[in-house]
Amino acid sequence: MAALGRGSDEDLVSYGTGLELLEEGERPKKPIPLQDQTVRDEKGRYKRFHGAFSGGFSAGYFNTVGSKEGWTPSSFVSSRQNRADKSVFGPEDFMDEEDLSEFGIAPKAIVTTDDFASKTKDRIREKARQLAAATAPIPGATLLDDLITPAKLSVGFELLRKMGWKEGQGIGPRVKRRPRRQKSDPGVKIYGCALPPGGSEGSEDEDDDYLPENVTFAPKDVTPVDFTPKDNVHGLAYKGLDPHQALFGTSREHVSLFSGGPEGANNLLGDVGVNKGRKLGISGQAFGVGALEEEDDDIYATETLSKYDTILKDEEPGDGLYGWTAPRQYKNQKESEKELRYVGKILDGFSLASKPLSSKKIYPPPELPRDYRPVHYFRPVVAANSENSHVLQVLSESAGKPTHDPGTQCRHQLNASKRGELLGETPIQGAPTSVLEFLSEKDKERLKEMKQATDLKAAQLKARSLAQNASSSRPQPSSPDVGHCSWHVALSGGTAPVRASNFKPFAKDPEKQKRYEEFLVNVKQGQKDALECCLDPSMTEWERRRERDEFSQAALLYVSSHSTLSSRFTHAKMEDDSEQVEVPRDQENDVSDKQSAVKMKLFGKLTRDTFEWHPDKLLCKRFNVPDPYPSSTLVGLPRVKRDKYSVFNFLTVPETASSPATQASSEKVPQHRGPDKSRKPSRWDTSKQEKKEDSISEFLSLARSKVGPPKQESSPLINKEEEHTMESVSNEVNKGVDSQTEGEGSRPSMDLFKAIFASSSDEKSSSSEDEQGDSEDDQEGTREADFKGSQEADMVETSSVAQDARQKLEAPLKEKHKKNKEKHKTKKEHRRKKEKKKKHRKHKHKGKQKNKKSEKSSSSESTNSSDSQSDEEGAADLSPQELLRRLKRLPLRRQ
Amino acid sequence: MAFPEPKPRAPELPRKLLKTLDCGQRAVRAVRFNVDGNYCLTCGSDKTLKLWSPLRGTLLRTYSGHGYEVLDAAGSFDNSSLCSGGGDKAVVLWDVASGQVVRKFRGHAGKVNTVQFNEEATVILSGSIDSTIRCWDCRSRRPEPIQTLDEAKDGISSVKVSDHEVLAGSVDGRVRRYDLRMGQLFSDYVGSPITCTCFSRDGQCTLVSSLDSTLRLLDKDTGELLGEYTGHKNQEYKLDCCLSERDTHVVSCSEDGKVFFWDLVEGALALALPVGPSVVQSLAYHPTEPCLLTAMGGSIQCWREETYKAEDGTG
Repeated sequence: MAALGRGSDEDLVSYGTGLELLEEGERPKKPIPLQDQTVRDEKGRYKRFHGAFSGGFSAGYFNTVGSKEGWTPSSFVSSRQNRADKSVFGPEDFMDEEDLSEFGIAPKAIVTTDDFASKTKDRIREKARQLAAATAPIPGATLLDDLITPAKLSVGFELLRKMGWKEGQGIGPRVKRRPRRQKSDPGVKIYGCALPPGGSEGSEDEDDDYLPENVTFAPKDVTPVDFTPKDNVHGLAYKGLDPHQALFGTSREHVSLFSGGPEGANNLLGDVGVNKGRKLGISGQAFGVGALEEEDDDIYATETLSKYDTILKDEEPGDGLYGWTAPRQYKNQKESEKELRYVGKILDGFSLASKPLSSKKIYPPPELPRDYRPVHYFRPVVAANSENSHVLQVLSESAGKPTHDPGTQCRHQLNASKRGELLGETPIQGAPTSVLEFLSEKDKERLKEMKQATDLKAAQLKARSLAQNASSSRPQPSSPDVGHCSWHVALSGGTAPVRASNFKPFAKDPEKQKRYEEFLVNVKQGQKDALECCLDPSMTEWERRRERDEFSQAALLYVSSHSTLSSRFTHAKMEDDSEQVEVPRDQENDVSDKQSAVKMKLFGKLTRDTFEWHPDKLLCKRFNVPDPYPSSTLVGLPRVKRDKYSVFNFLTVPETASSPATQASSEKVPQHRGPDKSRKPSRWDTSKQEKKEDSISEFLSLARSKVGPPKQESSPLINKEEEHTMESVSNEVNKGVDSQTEGEGSRPSMDLFKAIFASSSDEKSSSSEDEQGDSEDDQEGTREADFKGSQEADMVETSSVAQDARQKLEAPLKEKHKKNKEKHKTKKEHRRKKEKKKKHRKHKHKGKQKNKKSEKSSSSESTNSSDSQSDEEGAADLSPQELLRRLKRLPLRRQ
Repeated sequence: MAFPEPKPRAPELPRKLLKTLDCGQRAVRAVRFNVDGNYCLTCGSDKTLKLWSPLRGTLLRTYSGHGYEVLDAAGSFDNSSLCSGGGDKAVVLWDVASGQVVRKFRGHAGKVNTVQFNEEATVILSGSIDSTIRCWDCRSRRPEPIQTLDEAKDGISSVKVSDHEVLAGSVDGRVRRYDLRMGQLFSDYVGSPITCTCFSRDGQCTLVSSLDSTLRLLDKDTGELLGEYTGHKNQEYKLDCCLSERDTHVVSCSEDGKVFFWDLVEGALALALPVGPSVVQSLAYHPTEPCLLTAMGGSIQCWREETYKAEDGTG
């Protein structure tokens, strides 16, 4: 800038304060960021804008007492030296120094005293006073204060007075004759701009003829020109609800909430400043205010309640200005009419209305009768009836007007449907609106009676004092008849039974439902013995009675309501699960049979349960294994819903598998299993070297034996197996029973079996048939000896059933498990077959035949046994081989 | 086809006490080899887990962070992390090198009896006395288990993991094998509460020890009994059992202070190794060598075969 304005500095105009010139080497200061622009007080403390915009302040330490350390009591000052120095504390002693500063709440600075202060009243205080006045118990009590102004005038006033000035006069030398204004004379200068024609000129406009010559007048009071700058965004000359405007504006209408704007509005409670007699923005007197007048009022003063009337009353005549300005009486009375004039261009074809619009006529409220009591009581509605005509009469007498005839009900007593009926609408089908509509006619009648009875009671209480005979007319309240035959009445009356056809209260029991429907039909036909004839004759007396009760209850309950209600209620979309629980679909079977299997060391199928199990997808991913069930979202064991209180969930079913298992063992064929008998002992007991050789030779012989003889043995039975599929069980059972005796007859010696089955059969038999002891063993042996083992299995089973009645009871329960097992079994067998190749095939066949046979004979239970048998067989066959295989493998792997 | 003469070279059994380490962590609840057998972990009842080099007898690191005694631990395949479970119901994943807790899985309702990594150490399986096995994901940060195997009716005493199976022994007397590949659960009933289960190293059999002082060798696929091993005493404690490094012998702790070795095939008792006067609480068998670690009281013992000569360097 210096460079530019070298020669022509004076031409430049500079605004604001220039930046300080930087010294040499000084780096330009960084502007202080906004967040660092803090306000501090003179001591460098942060100033808290504590409600800064409403003039608040903060006190103490973060609005608490004391300091950062908390409140500290003043230290004790010994009164010995400075005796009672500060005995009395003023408020200043507890104030901060800020409060005492110029802008504090108690500024300690030189200020003008009231005497010299401007007469402008403290507006806030003034308004507070007004408000207090308005809300005071005696409104306008402060009026006196306004009227009786204290004799405290400002210095200017006093000076003026001493110079002979009087209030209401202008300042200046007295004039001989007041200058007259003549409207007709255009040459006469009018102060200010021209007033609207007919504009009020107030008291000075009066035509006073009386003008003595020798009288001088004081000059007019002058209102100073209002130089208030326009600092708002309103339109030019716009004034909101301005009290000045409202009071002295063109309309001269008082803002009255109560009366329709009466003339001569003035505000008794209004602030004194308003009542200065300014009629318009420009007063007719002159510009400027008199000495007594205060400065311009705040034209944007806020509304106060005091601007409004608080009482319903006509305004006092007169302006109530009480001598401050000219008397009101001289005011132009026609003002109000003149004012309402359209000023502006009138469109073609339009003309100004000659008459003002007639105001709305306001009708006075109706006159209340003298004996009116503003309390309402409800009168009971009594339908006219032969029975209760007295009551009606009494009521009507008491009420002083006749009750409505029920036939011609007043419209409030009609409900929607009835109105619709009257209007000729077709009633909406299937959507009754009231529960009452579902009732049959009979019920309705009964209800009505009931209602009347109760109404009557109420009416009686009322009418007793008036009419004594009311009680005699009271009908018998018919209590709802819930007797045994009430259903009959209910059903036979009206449309009820027809609806019941689609309602099935006994849907769970089709038989019962059928009977129930039959019963309904009978009832509909009006048969008296409807119940008796449709009940199941095979039922016991107790059952019949119960069913009878149920039916009648159901008929009562559902007939009247169900079909109609069904139009309003829908069935639940989701089945109610409360009676069902999720349980794993497959459950581990009861352990009792497994226990026995374990005791017999019959590990394998007997002790194994296989379930479908869904691993989590993420788990599969983490294990680097393909998801076995890629399409299922299930995790864990599949679950099914079962009845919550089903026995299957809670009963552990002790299975009777032990006894079949016993027989299963009996199917071991002694011939080619001969070498087997020494297998176990040799495995466990003999010395190492021997054992090894033994086992190998054992295996060899075993293998050999399996290839050979069993084929021939089993061949006749294979046929049987093939044709076995569905043969009558009973036959087989009989056979079994027969063969029992046979088997016992042809029993070989005990020793033989002991020798053969020493290790296993003892244990097996011990599990369930301990009581039979050795003899049982013998039996088994017998069975093994001949091929009717399976039949004997039946026999044993029956015997065991006889011993243990429980088994029979639980047999059906077991079947479920069995099925599962069978499934697994077949699968397993299949797999195993593959594994074990042909070696065992024939042997297995044989076993199977026997299985089938036993299956036939003893239904499901023997299935298990046959399973176990074949399993065991397999195990017996397998394990040595497996072991051998492993034996072989082990050294190989080592090398 | 002729059967080849089975000539198993007499397997050497670890009979020679090589070292006894006083772990200094009160009772040692479990001792475990790491994946290659060079290091071992001891779980102490003083809430610590310690990593040792058992052959040298040096303590490598102590891992503390459990809120209660540590009951089981396992190392990952890459030796980078450890997992442990304890009486504080938490399963903790440790960083081996730093000794810091990487994750703490909470969710079990009872103390955690057994923990195991899966093959790739992406999942920790923990069995608890709350009768659940929980599969915790080490990869994601999710706090709840991937899956909870809650089929057991009683506490889980032992969990073993193969590449696609989870073998779990429960106090309800069943051994459950969850086959992820087949999507099936095989439940074998043994009857007596199971104390320990393990796979044979060939993956064909499962060894099951139960509180009836019996070990059973079951065929994995069919559940059939292949062998039964008795002679030791196991009626109260949760004792470990395992198979020797070549599946030749079945090894089990006993409550009478011995470790029992049975021949796998014959089932005959091969050796009853006297360890000490009290219960042998835990044992671990080296994955490749005839080396056995046993835990008794507050110390662990390292056993080697008779012919073993201490080498310099790693054991």
